[in-house]
Amino acid sequence: MTLSFLIYKIILVVIVFAVTLVVAMYSTYAERKVAAFLQDRIGPNRAGPFGILQPLADGIKMFMKEEVIPGASNKTLFIIGPSLVLLTACMTGVVIPWGSPLVIDGTVYPLQITDVNIGILYLFGVISLGVYGIMIGGWASNNKYSLLGAMRASSQMISYEVAMGLSIIALVMTTGTLSLGQIAEQQHGWHWNVFVQPLGFFIFIICAFAETNRAPFDLPECETELVGGYHTEYSSMKLGFFLFAEYINMFISSAVIATFYFGGYNMPFIERFVQDPNWLAILGVVFLFMKIVFFIFVFMWVRWTLPRFRYDQLMNLGLLFK
Amino acid sequence: MQLTNRSKVVVKKEMTLSERLYIPAIFSGMLITLKHLFRKKVTIQYPEQTREVSKIWRGQHVLKRDEIGAERCTACGLCAVACPAEAITMVAAERKPGEEHLYREEKYAASYEINMLRCIFCGDCEEACPKEAIFLTDRKVDSLYTRAELVYGKDILVEAIEKDKRVDVTARETPDVAEFKANKVFGHNKVFDKNS
Amino acid sequence: MITTYLFYFLSFLAIMFALMVVFSKNPVHSVLYLVLTFFTIAGHYVLLNAQFLAAVHIIVYAGAIMVLFLFVIMLLNLNKETEPHKSVWLKASAAVASGLLLVVLVGSLKSAETIVATNAFDPNIGLIENLGKVLFSEFLLPFEVSSVLLLVAMVGAVMLGKKSIK
Repeated sequence: MTLSFLIYKIILVVIVFAVTLVVAMYSTYAERKVAAFLQDRIGPNRAGPFGILQPLADGIKMFMKEEVIPGASNKTLFIIGPSLVLLTACMTGVVIPWGSPLVIDGTVYPLQITDVNIGILYLFGVISLGVYGIMIGGWASNNKYSLLGAMRASSQMISYEVAMGLSIIALVMTTGTLSLGQIAEQQHGWHWNVFVQPLGFFIFIICAFAETNRAPFDLPECETELVGGYHTEYSSMKLGFFLFAEYINMFISSAVIATFYFGGYNMPFIERFVQDPNWLAILGVVFLFMKIVFFIFVFMWVRWTLPRFRYDQLMNLGLLFK
Repeated sequence: MQLTNRSKVVVKKEMTLSERLYIPAIFSGMLITLKHLFRKKVTIQYPEQTREVSKIWRGQHVLKRDEIGAERCTACGLCAVACPAEAITMVAAERKPGEEHLYREEKYAASYEINMLRCIFCGDCEEACPKEAIFLTDRKVDSLYTRAELVYGKDILVEAIEKDKRVDVTARETPDVAEFKANKVFGHNKVFDKNS
Repeated sequence: MITTYLFYFLSFLAIMFALMVVFSKNPVHSVLYLVLTFFTIAGHYVLLNAQFLAAVHIIVYAGAIMVLFLFVIMLLNLNKETEPHKSVWLKASAAVASGLLLVVLVGSLKSAETIVATNAFDPNIGLIENLGKVLFSEFLLPFEVSSVLLLVAMVGAVMLGKKSIK
């Protein structure tokens, strides 16, 4: 383990972290724009040209708001909750292959922070830990609505992990590996897994909606029944963390869907036009981000199209076979 | 009783397999929203753009002056009587000698107030006025913070003396309007046909 | 060298968190410390290059079982008022029993021979490829038997979960 290797990894980690945050930031903007466009409106357009500074304005607002920690709450856990949610959301980006390796002066620079041979299991483990932040936050608020919202969120996430795990097992059986780098590599050209596993993809994307707590499975937040759900008592940037983590999760889920089923950084027929492997790697990153943006759009598109489930319907869909 | 031919008879039938899967329905719904993505947007960017209004759109009132700059209003009170929202109040006063350039008739309104929170901008005051004194214009009433501010007095309602600052109401003073006013029997909701 | 330091650090944390599980007053805190203990144990697995075991350990214990624990404890809303009163006799007998257990443990540990690693440590033994091969060849019977055991447990859970059996 040389020093240059370490420095390269640190730079890569910082870049991935920064890109994740920026994409999540602009997802909030995109969400509002997509919602507006689907409803024949224009959306935010006052902060900067086309409103592109809107996320910054929102962030500043979040930071400036008063921090309220309820007197009867468990203060330490109240602060740990949102931090944990954001932490687990950011941790998943580590195993995703953002592009094929760069080769500069004979040294190979992989565009993936770490290609652990249990990549999928790692992803799965981190996702299953996301429940803790929500549960701790909801419980520490010492508010029955928060607790019930947290229960809803976590039971929903746990029950959909089952279906997600099964769809992933089908994928693992076809690819024969748990490493995300190898899965992306295998899908070179037109060998995308979605053609082999269309049903698996469908189940996976439904579970991804449920795991990220987004519509039509956005039941943890429910004004009429639960006020704000698990973040009822939260304010200022702690609330921002919860909301932001949702968008990071959406970004990571899109990246995972693109890597698992839609070829990752591969694009068919691109080798006919570009031969240089380094350029191919950079183009691969661009293609991966195009796919990610598309899936983020799908997430939003579904949210602003479909009505939500009732809670018992959600659990029946996830766990019962009728 | 069937009122329209758009009504549909509801039949509670067993759903077919494709309907029970909900997936075709979901996709058709998503197609609809996708179409809306490319539709023309209906938003009006308010301070820069304003909604187009008719030429005789009824907005904030004006109390007109005549050619020499004397107030036309004679405080007869017909507008207050006509007002369905009872928004208009006035106090009449007698003109003193030497004030002929200020008030056209011997009697004038010492105070004239319209409560803009009550006004429904129906235009009945304008229709009732025998002296062509009150008109509704295409100006908007401001949004203000207190109720008291929204009771407009003469300082806001009466137009400026200077010729170039007068409020243009020519669109509302056409011969048709004059004839309409001459025949008080017409009223807004009755069919107005000048040939009959 | 660095792994040795990490081992001591993780061991210290594991023992500390395990003690906190026992000593913390609030049951929810206990559960959370237990989750942290599982994390440190997973860290030990990673140090042994048993990544699969580490990941599965986190998914199964921290991700599933402890969440259910947390569910139950949060919904029970345990606090000082609901704590059942224990008599002096009960406390005394508990102290004696656990003291005896300590004696047995210390005695058995003292008499145990120090295990010497017979063959050289294979760093790749914990990777999934090797683990899978071993599971499906050498340890096939225990593997299948344990899966049958899990199946039986699952059937039992379903039977218990059903509202009424006709």
